[in-house]
Amino acid sequence: MRLVHWLVMSVLVAVAWASFGYLSLDLGRLFDREALAQMAKYAISFFPPDLSADYLVRIWQGTLETIAISAIGTVMAAVLGVVLALPAAGRFGAVPRVAARLVLNFLRSIPELVWAALMVMAAGLGPFAGTLGLAWHTAGVIGRLFAETLENASPEPAQALRLSGSRPSIAFLYGTMPNVVPQLIAYSLYRWEINIRMAAILGVVGAGGLGQMLYFSLSLFQQPQAMTVILAMLALVVIVDGASAWLRQRLAG
Amino acid sequence: MKLDLERVSLEYPNGVRAINQVSCGIDRSERVAIIGPSGAGKTTLLRLLATALRPTAGTLTVLGADPWRASRGELRRLRGRIGMVHQAPPIPPRQRVVTAVLAGRLGQWPAWRSLASLVYPLDMPGAERMLARMEIADKLFERCDQLSGGQLQRVGVARVLYQQPDLILTDEPVSAVDPALSDRIIGELNREAIERGVTLVASLHAVDLALHWFPRVIGVKGGEIAFDLPPVRISDAMLRELYASEMAQVPTQDYQPFETMVPGVRRKPVYF
Amino acid sequence: MAHADSALQPRDPAALPRLALTVLVLALLWPGFSLTEFDPAVLIDGRSRETMGKFVSTFFPLETSPGFLQLVARSTLETLAIATAGTVLAMLLAAPFALVITRSLSISRIGPGPGYWLGRILRLPARFAMMFFRSIPEIVWALLFVRAVGLGPAAGVLAIGVTYGGMLGKVYSEILESNDARPAAALLETGSGRTAAFFYGLWPVALPELVSYTVYRWECAVRASVIMGFVGAGGLGLQMELSMRMLNGGEISTILLVFLLLVMLADAVSAILRKVTA
Repeated sequence: MRLVHWLVMSVLVAVAWASFGYLSLDLGRLFDREALAQMAKYAISFFPPDLSADYLVRIWQGTLETIAISAIGTVMAAVLGVVLALPAAGRFGAVPRVAARLVLNFLRSIPELVWAALMVMAAGLGPFAGTLGLAWHTAGVIGRLFAETLENASPEPAQALRLSGSRPSIAFLYGTMPNVVPQLIAYSLYRWEINIRMAAILGVVGAGGLGQMLYFSLSLFQQPQAMTVILAMLALVVIVDGASAWLRQRLAG
Repeated sequence: MKLDLERVSLEYPNGVRAINQVSCGIDRSERVAIIGPSGAGKTTLLRLLATALRPTAGTLTVLGADPWRASRGELRRLRGRIGMVHQAPPIPPRQRVVTAVLAGRLGQWPAWRSLASLVYPLDMPGAERMLARMEIADKLFERCDQLSGGQLQRVGVARVLYQQPDLILTDEPVSAVDPALSDRIIGELNREAIERGVTLVASLHAVDLALHWFPRVIGVKGGEIAFDLPPVRISDAMLRELYASEMAQVPTQDYQPFETMVPGVRRKPVYF
Repeated sequence: MAHADSALQPRDPAALPRLALTVLVLALLWPGFSLTEFDPAVLIDGRSRETMGKFVSTFFPLETSPGFLQLVARSTLETLAIATAGTVLAMLLAAPFALVITRSLSISRIGPGPGYWLGRILRLPARFAMMFFRSIPEIVWALLFVRAVGLGPAAGVLAIGVTYGGMLGKVYSEILESNDARPAAALLETGSGRTAAFFYGLWPVALPELVSYTVYRWECAVRASVIMGFVGAGGLGLQMELSMRMLNGGEISTILLVFLLLVMLADAVSAILRKVTA
């Protein structure tokens, strides 16, 4: 076993070395005097951040836009996810199941940012593209989870209702949904939290929110403004983390 | 015949025969109890009558129709007239009692009414009445996972009462209920059957309840009918033989030893 | 069975809270629609439908000319190289930080000794630095490095190095702290330096976990490298962005397919590596 370990390690080290070589990355040159001085100059230009009242108002709007993108995107994703999850759980037969699962896999394999970039092409620059991008990807994730929850849900309540003459769809709503809905809501909220972070950065491809503000200010060489945006992003993440931890404690207690 | 089984068998794919060539007829507004050891096929028999299972041999007629030759719409309407009380009520834990009871009429309500009732229960007095008969009216808005096993069973019975079916089937409906209360519940079921003139077929674990309330008792053992008699004609020996494989004692609701009132004198059932 | 009907129909106690919650949620979501410039019509209105249709049809067939495929292959290798080099850089960054932060290697906890003050002074700033590095999303770092060192893979390597360095640093220290500290403590107590205590005390036990997490991070780095390419940090992402600017659907489809295959490959390699080194 020891020998295999050493072999693997040496292969890994060789691969790592090759990567640096392939990229013609001379770490020495990257970190030489001149380069470091340049990077330092660039870094210093970010301070102090622009905290003027006008700009802070724009930051506030950008933050609201980011939160809205994440919220609407997650809601859309939940709806689409549920719609796709029903066939994906086998409720309409074997063929729709395979087809729906393929669609869900396709949706979730493509990262949010790529979706957002594609949506910018389709719907133009702005927050709607970001909303759609988040929605497509998250729909794949939520849909797959919901399909699995549905498949694992116990069938007895709905069966008993069908046995007393209920239509299958109504039996599903009365018998299976109550078991499954709490999980769906919890997971959607969890995804929303993740999506707030995502929504903040989708903007770098033009999809609205704080990300778009960051991209513009960097392109216009407005480093102090960019610094404010970065601080706002950090603050947003910290607040969301804190709020969700507090909520979780309240609900569990 | 309202209910008719003619040489009905049910064989599972692994070859086990749960029901073996059973023939039996039950008239409209008859009240029949089914007793027998566990694994004898009581539940299977009831599920056959409820059209949950399809016989692998023989003909089955329920409420005058062959359910397995009916169209989907006809089968659905037929099932709307059959009410089954399950031993373990299949109710989602987070559902509230009022919604669970009102679900009894889903087979009869149009779609819009079923959907509306999910949002706001449409017939709360009706549900309350049925729960009052089961002596748990105060639990109307509780969640079902807050109830004890016995209370949940009573909600299951209330649901079937609300459904007002033409055929009531119950599968050990009071196994988790205390003896005094279970006596009242079985009494309530019998009262319902008599007042509305509907058929009641009840599988019971407790022999004393069966003999006390029902004019006709069917003993089932090994997937076959051992006897089909009014209680006065059922002897202690027959009962002991029915339960011979399972236990030393014939089961009763309060676990007291099963005894004849006076040796040599047969039981008299309660008639109204 | 005579029951007096209740004079008042019982009221559903859950109705009001449910209604209030629904109204609240709707009220919170409503402004969101205008904030996000929600306009599904934009996707399906007549004029843009034609352009959309034409655009969507360009996604098929996939672009498979040899020249393009060669380009894609080179970009894929570049992405893999970025991910690997970036992860190595992250490890180089994380290792010393983790050693400083890990309490089980803390000489200061046992009492005064060599490096006592240095350890105490460095611990908090080190923690803070790690948190700073990983809280800023890697794509923001990529943007910054592209401005600082120019377009191309160097920016990507640095961005991954910094962000993942922060993540690896934190997780390495957690792994080291969660393992049995007694051998290391014994060594520290008999006067050995922190590095020696690490190599002989903690390293053997913690190695599988460390390797496993690092390999998992490498897999994430592959995905991240593609995404960072969108802002100019080289690799497949950069190629895809170029194809998007050209509105060349066929090329986009090919690159997407290659991306999906790459992710699956990285997933498989990561699984194998983790099994072998377990």
